[in-house]
Amino acid sequence: MHRESIPRVVTKLLFPFLLLFALYVQFHGELGAGGGFQAGVIVAATLILFGLIFGLRAAHLVAPPWIIETMIPLGVLIYGGVGVAGLLAGGNFLDYFVLDHDPVHGQERGIFWVEAGVLITVSSTMVAIYYAFAGRGR
Amino acid sequence: MAVAAAIARTRNLFAAVALGGIYSFCMALALLVLDAPDVSMTEAAVGAGVSTVLLLGALYLTRIEETPNHRIALTPLLVSVVAGATLLYGAWALPPFGDPAGPIHQHVAPRYLNDVVKETGVPNVVTAVLASYRGFDTFGETVVVLTGGLGVLLLLRGRRRPLSKGTAPIGKDAT
Repeated sequence: MHRESIPRVVTKLLFPFLLLFALYVQFHGELGAGGGFQAGVIVAATLILFGLIFGLRAAHLVAPPWIIETMIPLGVLIYGGVGVAGLLAGGNFLDYFVLDHDPVHGQERGIFWVEAGVLITVSSTMVAIYYAFAGRGR
Repeated sequence: MAVAAAIARTRNLFAAVALGGIYSFCMALALLVLDAPDVSMTEAAVGAGVSTVLLLGALYLTRIEETPNHRIALTPLLVSVVAGATLLYGAWALPPFGDPAGPIHQHVAPRYLNDVVKETGVPNVVTAVLASYRGFDTFGETVVVLTGGLGVLLLLRGRRRPLSKGTAPIGKDAT
């Protein structure tokens, strides 16, 4: 029996719902409050909570540092890739209208991928900074 | 305001971090009252959650009590008073809060508000402006996040000096 059983149990219970809420904020951001930045921050806060309660080693198992560190530039690349995709499709940089036959659908698609890039970069940067702080002085 | 004054007064850094979290929650509430739920969510998660944890992690590497410093620093006081006075002076010339005739509501805002669904198919104006109309700015922001993260990682990882043994950093196995 662990000494801090209540935080552990509550964290275990909340963990999937927090991630689900982050996804809701991410994909529902077009209709309600939220978007990539907010969802990324919620994902990061969830992982940091997990690390606080269960220890850094368990957090490293859930989200290995090398994946986190790859995700930081990956998000920016996705965002930039959307821009380049607009260029290749014959528009300007970050021009979403040309991404689909229907300009409005193109907008939606562009915004979706851009927000995905923001989510990946923001969440992984926060978690990476937390790892760096928590891993110091070992 | 009271929380901010308490942060400035206290010498206990742990209390200062906790008060900072409270201050962030108050700011999140204020932003919610101002009908900005997006910013409010960010403030609650980043200001009250993540940055508090990071500050606590930093505290673990230093001491809890601030070393008392009784010297009165004149230059910073002067700089902050002058900057505050300039901002107050500038705020006088701003149009009244919520004035529909203000320049900010006349330039591009009407187009954003009126045509956003027609042009982008996204009902949330904030998302549409961030990702579509201001896509370049948001790209820049993302790159800034990347740069900041890389900088912090390089600083924290660059030289790894082993600290005194027997101190477990925050978040390390609490079993």
